[in-house]
Amino acid sequence: MKIHIPFYMILLTTCSIMLADEPLTGDAVAEMAEQAAYYAGKDGKSDVHMVITDANGQERIREFRVLRLNGEDNKQMFFVYFNEPADVREMAYLVHKQGGGAEDDRWLWLPAISKVNRIAPGDKRTSFVGSDFVYEDISGRSLNEDQHELLPGEAEYYVIRNTPKDLSKVDFASYDVWVRKDNFLPVKAEYVDEEGKVVRRVTADKIEVIDGIPTVTQSTVEDLRRESKTVNTFRNVAYNIGLNERLFSERYLKRPPREATR
Amino acid sequence: MGVFTGVFTGVNAGEWGGFIEGRLGTRLQEDPLEKQASVEDLRAQVATRGFLGPVDYDLCVDFLYNGLNPDLEDVNLETGNGWIDLRSANILWAPVPWMDLKIGRQTLTWGTGDLVFLNDLFPKDWVSFFNGRDVEYLKAPSDAVYSAMYFGDWIVDLVWSPRADTDRYLDGTYMSFYPFIFTADDPLQTHRPHSGDASLRVKTTLGDVETALYGYYGFWKSPAGFTAEGVGLFPDLQVVGASALTPFAKGIGNVEVAYYNSSEDSDGSNPMIQNSEARFLLGYQQELQTDLSMGVQAYSEWLQDYEAYTENIQPGERLRDEWRQLLTLRLTWFQMNQTLMLSSFIFYSPTEVDGYARLLAEYKWSDTLTLSAGANIFAGENMESFFGQFQDNTNMYVALRRWW
Repeated sequence: MKIHIPFYMILLTTCSIMLADEPLTGDAVAEMAEQAAYYAGKDGKSDVHMVITDANGQERIREFRVLRLNGEDNKQMFFVYFNEPADVREMAYLVHKQGGGAEDDRWLWLPAISKVNRIAPGDKRTSFVGSDFVYEDISGRSLNEDQHELLPGEAEYYVIRNTPKDLSKVDFASYDVWVRKDNFLPVKAEYVDEEGKVVRRVTADKIEVIDGIPTVTQSTVEDLRRESKTVNTFRNVAYNIGLNERLFSERYLKRPPREATR
Repeated sequence: MGVFTGVFTGVNAGEWGGFIEGRLGTRLQEDPLEKQASVEDLRAQVATRGFLGPVDYDLCVDFLYNGLNPDLEDVNLETGNGWIDLRSANILWAPVPWMDLKIGRQTLTWGTGDLVFLNDLFPKDWVSFFNGRDVEYLKAPSDAVYSAMYFGDWIVDLVWSPRADTDRYLDGTYMSFYPFIFTADDPLQTHRPHSGDASLRVKTTLGDVETALYGYYGFWKSPAGFTAEGVGLFPDLQVVGASALTPFAKGIGNVEVAYYNSSEDSDGSNPMIQNSEARFLLGYQQELQTDLSMGVQAYSEWLQDYEAYTENIQPGERLRDEWRQLLTLRLTWFQMNQTLMLSSFIFYSPTEVDGYARLLAEYKWSDTLTLSAGANIFAGENMESFFGQFQDNTNMYVALRRWW
C-alpha cells in the first residue's frame, strides 16, 4: 500500500524554488518529491486494492480505504479502514505522523474485542499487512535519514541517489528515485544492496489527473530477493473533501466514520 | 424529502461476514473429574453490520455445536450455553453531536493490561480462555447501554447494565479447580445478581500520556463468596482506579492501579465473602526486532485486612498470600510474510510458585483459511495455588477456521 504515491501536488514553495534560478540540489529535489508524493491537497481519500503474489504464485488480497489529512510542519493523520481479508475486516488503523523523523503515534482498533490498542513504535522496514510494501512506504521515510545526491539526469527525470546515514536500520545500501521534471512525481525507485544489485523496485504504472492533481492509480513493488510482488490499484481517489481533524481520533476508531465505510 | 439529510441519509443493507470453525483439544494428562477432551467445538459465526438512517446496527451470532456440552438444548444467552451464543446485537447513534450511544448486546473492554485486568470489570469467559478457544472469546458480551461522551480532549464513558453480566466462570463443567468437588454432573451453583451495575471511565491525553480514571459500582464478576450451603455468590463490589500509558524508551509503558472495595465484608472478617484488595500493574512493550515483539508486565494483588482474613479462614479454603505477585512475558513472532504467527504468553507468580503458559502457532493458509495449534500449560508447586489448581487441565488444541 503505497499511500504516498497517489497524493501528489506541486506546492507553491516548489515553484518558488524553481523560479529562483539556482541549480537544483539533491536535497531540494528530494524535498519537492516528498511534498509531491505525500502531501497532495489538504486531505484525500482512496480505496486501495492490493494483490500480493508470492514466489509460488499464490495471491492474497487486501482491501482498505485510506483517509488522510495534512497538518502543519509535515504532520499528517491517516485512517486506514480494512475491508479484506475477512480476518481483519473492520479493523481500523490510526496514525498521527509527527514529521521531522519523530516516531509516529499509532493505534489499532480490534472490533472482535472492542479494544483500542496503542502500537509500540516499530521497525519501519516491517512489511505492511504482509505485502511487499513496508511501513515506511506508507508513513514516509524522513528526509533526514538519507543523504540526497542528484545524479546526472535523464531528459524527463531527475535521478536522486539516497544513501542512508545509518545503514544498520535498513535492508539496502542505497536507493535511486526517478522524479519527473514536469511535476516532481516520483515514478520509480530502485533499492540496491552493497554489491549494487537491485533488490527492490517500486514503480508507478498508471497516472491519471484527478481533481487537477496528477495521481498514481496503479503502482507495483517487487521484492527481487523474495521474488514476490504487490500491485496496488487506487480507486475512488478524491482530494480536498473537507475531512475534519476530529475524525482522526479515538472516537472514530471505535466508530469508523461513514466517510471511511462507504 | 426524507427526515434525515446529509451524511446520515440512506440505508446500507450491510456487509455480511463470518466463519466456520472446527476446534478440538485434549488434556495432556488424566483429570479424574473431567473428560479427556478439553474442547470440541463446531462453530459458525454470522455477522452483519450496516446502518439505517442515522442508526448503525451490529449483529453477530455464533451457532455452536459443543461436543462437551451436556445439554445443547439448554440455551442460555448469559452463559453461552447451548447451540446459540449471541455475541452482539446493538444499535449505535449520536443523539447529540458529542455523544455516541450504543444500546444492546456488545463487547466492552478498557484498561491498559494485557490479559491482566484491573479496571476492566466487563464479563470475561474464563472457560474459553483456558480451554483453547480463540482469545477473542475471553471477552464475553454485556447487555448494556454504553454512552461515550466527547468534550474536547476529554472522553467520558459510562456503561450501565440493567442486570449485571457475570463472567462465564469456572463451575466444574469443563475445568476442574480447587477444592475439586465440582464436575459437569454436579457443577457449582450460584445466585446470580439481579440488579444492575455501572462502569465509568474518564480519559484524556496529557502531553504524550494517555491517562484515565475509572469507577465501577456493582458486583464481583466471578463467585467471590458462598452461602453456608456452598452456593456461589457475587457480592457487592465497588472499584476505583487510574491508568497511564505513554511512549517510553523504545516502546510503550503503562501503569494501572485499582482498589476493589468488597463492601459486604468491609473489615475482612467474614470468611464467606472475599476481602477487599488493591491491584497494581506496570507494563512495557517493545518491538525487539523486525516482526518480533515483546511485552512484559509486573502485577501485584494486595489482599486487605489480611490478619482478619487469616483469623477467620475456614478449613479447606484456599489460603491466599497477602501479596500475590505475577509476572508476564509475551513474545509474538511473525514469519513467512506474516502468514505464520508464533506467540507465547507466560504468567509466572514468584509468590505462589506457579505459572501458566499460552502457546499458539497460527498459519494463514490463504486469505480465507487459518490453521492454528496451541497449548494451555498450567504448573505449580501445589494444587491450591491460583494456576496450580488447574494442572490437570493442561491441554493442547488444533483449529481450522474458514472465513467467508
